[in-house]
Amino acid sequence: MPNLRDVVGPYFGDFGGRFVPESLIAALDELDEAYKAAAVDPAFQAELLELHKTYTGRPSIITEVPRFAEHAGGARIILKREDLNHTGSHKINNVLGQALLARRLGKTRLIAETGAGQHGVATATAAALFGMECVVYMGQVDTERQALNVARMRLLGAEVVSVATGSRTLKDAINDALRDWVSSVETTHYVLGTVAGPHPFPTMVRDFHKIIGEEAKVQVRELTGGLPDIVAACIGGGSNAIGIFDAFLDDPSVELRGFEAGGDGIESGRHAASITLGRTGVLQGAKSYLMQDEDGQTVESHSISAGLDYPAVGPEHAWLSKIGRAQYEPVTDADAMEAFRLLTRTEGIIPAIESSHALAGAIRLGRDRGPGTTILVSLSGRGDKDVATASRYFNILDEGAEQL
Amino acid sequence: MISTSSKLGSAIHSRTDAGSGAVIGYLPAGFPDLQTSIDAAVTLVNNGVDVIELGLPYSDPVMDGPVIQAATQRALAEGFRVRDVFPAVREITSQVAAPVVVMTYWNPVSQYGAQRFADDLASAGGAGLITPDLVPDEGAEWIAAANAADLDRVFLAAPSSSDARVAQAVEASRGFVYTVSTMGITGTREGVDSAAAALVARLRAAGVDNACVGLGISTAQQVREVLEYADGAIIGSAFVRALAEGGLEQLARVSADLASGSRVS
Repeated sequence: MPNLRDVVGPYFGDFGGRFVPESLIAALDELDEAYKAAAVDPAFQAELLELHKTYTGRPSIITEVPRFAEHAGGARIILKREDLNHTGSHKINNVLGQALLARRLGKTRLIAETGAGQHGVATATAAALFGMECVVYMGQVDTERQALNVARMRLLGAEVVSVATGSRTLKDAINDALRDWVSSVETTHYVLGTVAGPHPFPTMVRDFHKIIGEEAKVQVRELTGGLPDIVAACIGGGSNAIGIFDAFLDDPSVELRGFEAGGDGIESGRHAASITLGRTGVLQGAKSYLMQDEDGQTVESHSISAGLDYPAVGPEHAWLSKIGRAQYEPVTDADAMEAFRLLTRTEGIIPAIESSHALAGAIRLGRDRGPGTTILVSLSGRGDKDVATASRYFNILDEGAEQL
Repeated sequence: MISTSSKLGSAIHSRTDAGSGAVIGYLPAGFPDLQTSIDAAVTLVNNGVDVIELGLPYSDPVMDGPVIQAATQRALAEGFRVRDVFPAVREITSQVAAPVVVMTYWNPVSQYGAQRFADDLASAGGAGLITPDLVPDEGAEWIAAANAADLDRVFLAAPSSSDARVAQAVEASRGFVYTVSTMGITGTREGVDSAAAALVARLRAAGVDNACVGLGISTAQQVREVLEYADGAIIGSAFVRALAEGGLEQLARVSADLASGSRVS
């Protein structure tokens, strides 16, 4: 059997493919060829690495969090600090790679979708850095709950288009980005922000993020002398998770655990846990697990976290789940917010609400396994953008605190 | 490929043999409600439209512009179900002789079951499917199901398609090849892109039976221009807008006007 790490699209088992209008096929072919060439071109790799060193701030550090771990059964918990990257999340890893590719392809305009705004901010940042035009599509619901990131993108010179169709969230932003791309593909590169969509995006975006796990593997070994027992990450489309999982795919002793947005709870129907539901379908270019009704109409997802509020998941995750290499389970809004509060209070690190789902998963795993277990957690982003949401959410707790 | 049993092929040939070409009219099923969408399709045919393209409303229509998005979202909000498309097709084909081809994104068919969908569509008297987000590369299941049910299958060719992909679209399609006039999505435009004529020529060189041009056609003059080099002209947003704004009466006027573009003088 080949190494799991060596698997590339268009298909991961039964999942993946290119379910897109014919008008986009030529662009996907062009991108695929350019990416394959770049992947083995030392000059491209050196340029990207240099950017990561001097602009992104890589390697990102790891931080062991013992005070937080006291609430997680005393397990050893180590955070991979993607929140410390320039622009505040892992998203920049992929964006700089794709922007370099776009420049190679002679494209002068970048478009992107964004949910929480992290990917949009990263794309707007790369566009500013490379002197490119930038349009970011963002669901109207998200422009309201992530207003700070809308302002950041505009400051960076990007046009932010508020998408008012469908559920007015991430999936609808992707639809509008695809519609733009069908019409503008000659001059425009679509910087897809996650490991979903048509081939080559799931493979390419994974490759641009696998530096997360590669660095962390070395760093954890330096700290502990071995591999972690468990690697945990949150899953929306799945880019930070695949980024930290990839380096460990062929280490069978390492458990890979993904935490989906459980919203109000699976039984409520208001969540974004497409793998947990396990219904195969085709959405936005790829066959994967997705939230859909009996007719194949996409069901609206729900999560307190805009970045996880997506009714499907990248095809490689669907495959890793199906073959049993990685396990996925939901974390509710309430559990994520409790983890958010805990990390903030015990370690002085304000995590993104997305990443808080992984932290909640780590608490659950730690309590289950106890001391002696090492858990590596992808802290995919910082929580500055979530201060307003969290302040509203914790209103009651703050009143309680005042009584103390 | 030429097929004697192709409902689309014979309807288009009867117009091209007469020295003109076919007018293909798109409307979404269930908009503004199921019965009106049936009446609207009949209205198109009674006013000179040769083929009905019945859209199946879908939650994420990435090839559609705002007019069709708004109509299909409304149909879904009104409770349209995928299974409703079959009685709609049956009702239209019982009232008029024009073939009905269903335009659908892939996931609803995939969830219904490709073969079951093909069989139910054939039983309802439907001609086949236009599949905007299913390229022949991913189409093996549908091609097999369509063959078994003797249905037409319409794939797309775009100005950006390589010669090999143009040939593949010709090979995989039966009935006609949907010739995308411009790099874009559905919606009315000022003029039909000159890329359309060039693409039809490439399809002809690849041995296409029928090449019908769609995207951006909204006037009788554009229909005339397109039919000078193509076998059919596909009109969508202009009809949907007429139905949305002025009901069946306005649809009748607009369709009579647009269909006049295919009149042999």
